[in-house]
Amino acid sequence: MTLLITALAAIISTILWYVNEKARFLKVGILCYEFWGAFLMWMVDAVYEYLELGELYFSPAGQDMLNDTFLGLSVVVLGLIIWLIILLLKDPEHVIKK
Amino acid sequence: MACFVVPMAEAMVATTVSKVLIKKEEQKSMQEIEDGFINDTGSCRIEARQIKKLSNFLWGGSGLLAFEHLWHGEIMPYFPFLTAANNPADLTKMLHEMSTVGVTMAVVVTLFWGVLTFIEMKGTNKKTVIQ
Repeated sequence: MTLLITALAAIISTILWYVNEKARFLKVGILCYEFWGAFLMWMVDAVYEYLELGELYFSPAGQDMLNDTFLGLSVVVLGLIIWLIILLLKDPEHVIKK
Repeated sequence: MACFVVPMAEAMVATTVSKVLIKKEEQKSMQEIEDGFINDTGSCRIEARQIKKLSNFLWGGSGLLAFEHLWHGEIMPYFPFLTAANNPADLTKMLHEMSTVGVTMAVVVTLFWGVLTFIEMKGTNKKTVIQ
């Protein structure tokens, strides 16, 4: 679930970055770097886990799935917080440093 | 266990290299201004920018992975920071994971960046030819 949620976040942020000039100005690219980087790393982790567990990898316990979903959502929130901090520090719209 | 440490180490190296390249370029520009002539420093700037992109991917990914390890209780806020480092049996397992999963992570992210850079460079070259 963490992998899927991160993949979704990476795809959405990339689409936003691509279609919207304002999004590029607001440094949405940072989110693309974060989520694609994490997705690729978790993908590698998933492949290794699949090689170890086989088919069992695709039938996780309910409790594990719930925990992974929480983790995935927390990762997205953390990514957004990092982006927000960088955005406020760089302040491209000069809202803070008037 | 600590697979994110390998891409994080690569991120540190990439950040250092890009900073050195940027500094080199700045020094070159200053020298050119002093000498009163302008030379092409574009290639150095492009290299620094591309390496910065690699470090962004690596920092972003390993940062979020570090959070996952914190979530699973594999990182602690005091020395030796990694819970696996407390136990020799876990330490061996951790080093094995770093040398397999960690190295593969770093290689995959670097390859992904390499493909993106290749596509971008190809696009830039095409634009230059058209102009």
